Amino acid sequence: MTDYRSPVKDALFTLRHVGMLDEISSSERYAHADPETVADVLGEHGRFMQEVFAPTNRIGDTVGLKWSPEGVETPAEFKTAYAKFVEAGWQGLNAEAEYGGAGFPEAVFTCALEFMTAANGALTMCPGLTTGAIECLQAWGSEEQKERYLRRIVTGEWTGTMNLTEPQAGSDVGLCTTKAEPQGDGTYKITGTKIYISFGEHDMAENIVHLVLARTPGAPAGTKGISLFIVPKFLLTEDGEPGERNDVNCVSIEHKMGIHGSPTCVMSYGDDGGATGFLVGEENQGLRAMFTMMNSARIAVGIQGVALGDAAFQKALQYSQERRQGREVGGDSKEPAFIEAHPDVRRMLMFMKSHVEAMRALLVYNSAAIDLSRALEGDDAEHWREIAELLTPVSKAWSTDVGMEVTSTAIQVFGGMGYVEETGVAQHYRDARIAPIYEGTNGIQAMDLVGRKLGMRMGGVVGEYLQRMRDLDGELAAAGEEFASIRTELAAAVDTLEGVTNWIMTNGLANPVEALAGATPYLRIFGTVTGGWLLARLALGAKADLEGADQADVAWLNTKIASARFFAEQVLPTAAGLVPSVQAGSSVLYEVTPESLASV
Amino acid sequence: MNVVVCVKQIPDPADPGALDPNTKTLKRDGKLILDESDSYGVEMALQLVDAAGGGEVTLVSMAPNGETAGLRTALAMGAAKAVLVSDDALQGSDALGTSKVLAKAIERAGQADLILTATESSDGYTGTVPEQIAELLSLPSVTFAKSITVDGSSVKVQRQTESGYDDVECPLPAVVSVTAGVVEPRYPSFKGIMAAKSKPVDQVGLGDLGVDAGSVGWAGAGQEIVEIATAEARAASTVVEDDGEAFQKIVDMLAELKIV
Repeated sequence: MTDYRSPVKDALFTLRHVGMLDEISSSERYAHADPETVADVLGEHGRFMQEVFAPTNRIGDTVGLKWSPEGVETPAEFKTAYAKFVEAGWQGLNAEAEYGGAGFPEAVFTCALEFMTAANGALTMCPGLTTGAIECLQAWGSEEQKERYLRRIVTGEWTGTMNLTEPQAGSDVGLCTTKAEPQGDGTYKITGTKIYISFGEHDMAENIVHLVLARTPGAPAGTKGISLFIVPKFLLTEDGEPGERNDVNCVSIEHKMGIHGSPTCVMSYGDDGGATGFLVGEENQGLRAMFTMMNSARIAVGIQGVALGDAAFQKALQYSQERRQGREVGGDSKEPAFIEAHPDVRRMLMFMKSHVEAMRALLVYNSAAIDLSRALEGDDAEHWREIAELLTPVSKAWSTDVGMEVTSTAIQVFGGMGYVEETGVAQHYRDARIAPIYEGTNGIQAMDLVGRKLGMRMGGVVGEYLQRMRDLDGELAAAGEEFASIRTELAAAVDTLEGVTNWIMTNGLANPVEALAGATPYLRIFGTVTGGWLLARLALGAKADLEGADQADVAWLNTKIASARFFAEQVLPTAAGLVPSVQAGSSVLYEVTPESLASV
Repeated sequence: MNVVVCVKQIPDPADPGALDPNTKTLKRDGKLILDESDSYGVEMALQLVDAAGGGEVTLVSMAPNGETAGLRTALAMGAAKAVLVSDDALQGSDALGTSKVLAKAIERAGQADLILTATESSDGYTGTVPEQIAELLSLPSVTFAKSITVDGSSVKVQRQTESGYDDVECPLPAVVSVTAGVVEPRYPSFKGIMAAKSKPVDQVGLGDLGVDAGSVGWAGAGQEIVEIATAEARAASTVVEDDGEAFQKIVDMLAELKIV
């Protein structure tokens, strides 16, 4: 079985044709990230991930983690790989330059995070959550906190965690009960229990900086009374080095379906008098701080869909060229054929390939919108901020739902061997299953899209977005016969999305339950149509690149066009089929009771 | 101490390679990468310069179309600069032609205390270039180094042999070929990649080196590729029935193959 190979060429192609890299790097903010530099950086990053992270993926899955009262022991290979990651300085890729980061665009980071996640999704949870902590501290940390904590986190020497969830406060963080008592010296005593804390405890770094949501005495109920605290595993000495052990402990780790190499910790604060915490920002402003990292964290989870999907696809593609079964229909050979010759296997390969490309394009486009919102000014910046906001729930939910389907399809290509763990493809499916759940379940993403995002500027934002998709029609018409089906299907799909969007906005205003009942199939339509539009743009890019292309690239570029055609002809039409389930409303859902749903 | 490392940029071995039916040589029109076997020499050089407390590592390479992708990897690892020879007349060069060009490029790279190479490239496998360079430069040649220590004006090498290693010592400057796997090549750091962008790559043609185009390339090659053919499919494996003595037969087979 060949090992994972980072799709550097695909990433660069996507950055160029939908990731607006030229526009991003021509801004002052990102002038250092010119396309040639990005190619060098992603080239070496990709090689690092496939050679250093990828070989540890299976070890994390099979060896897993050891908990003891002293802490969590990761596999030795994780410690070595993580140390090399720190040494190479990859943690700071998209962090601000002021505190030691490289200040690269989110669009580039998205590609890098895809390589890491595909190489070892469980291990990447650690630097992934650290990135969230970096963003939080960059935005809300005091100057002193940035100097003392952020610098060492940006290097990767220390890692960061996000402590939101409690046993009774999952998606609804307003139910949080962890207490923060002011001590009169500027510090707080934190007591409470947090669950599902990824890499809350491990042995790969000399300190762990926990960002913890808690309530101060007399704080308002709900989300308006939540504050954010830094709680380091080791309190810092005067000179900023890890010193005395803080009163925070990992009391157990979960036994999970996947990401076995990522310790999912139950963290106990204040078993022995209270953990010392330091307020970030102001009291009762914790949720706002959390929202800072929410967009990028949701994109990061969406990346898990494309990353694990691609890792599984690469294995399935390889296997389809090694496994012989059945004769080729219509072929001359009496020998069993490689299974890639069979029409249904081809269909599965194209399904996976086109969806991986569509997910990657969506995540890169969404990230590029964030970059342009930061790099440009005035109305231009506002426009891209709106696009980023609109697309974020789609990036998260559509990509993780599709990621499940792609990893599942990869198992199907393997047949019985796919269900046997030793081929490694089943791991991707198990690892991918968490992604539709955490960082806001996909149901919550659909509610966010329907309930908050469609209403932005009274529907003006989504209206402009639909128009942008329509604006591609001229280019598709000019591209000739080869693009005819893409043009026809995309136009029909945008009509479908527009119609169903209007239905949601009209009915949702009158009765929100009607709109929310169909939110999930609506998000699916939204993602599918967006995917088809972005693939069409990639195909047009490929057509342009074909002029004067090296012989070695011709087949590669033509495959991009074929992939977009497959998606347009076979996937885009499914959008229309989901319209009735969006517009069915809620009545049938509530004609029954949970008791009556039980069959005995 | 200044160390020159000869590095080759080759087609990515992970991609399916192809032979050009016209020239009967490996196609090199796609992206090239640093030959992994050369990454050990680069790492060794960086460590030696570090141990000496000063000096720099210079790369010397020969590649078509001014290709620098592989050089940039080595520069990002920490080499200070590079000399790249790129000339259409080089196509078809055999090992000796390559050595003539590299020897001149090494001279152009400045005063070197030590010249490191791999034992052989991963795409050509002639394994004769290091010794030829040494001869052309009238320098001592030590091959198959598994460890190198520099002591003032001489170099001590543990030279890998079939049964162990030889301790070899010779005066500097010298040409030493480094065995794969003896050091762990570092991965370029982010900072290293960014720094590599501004490191000088001295791109030269044959005229700049004073090499006669007729002495290299197809014109100067002492070899001719008369035919390329598909490799035979792997023969069926040998089955050893265990009659209680199978282990001895397997040991004998492995010994015959010089594996044990």
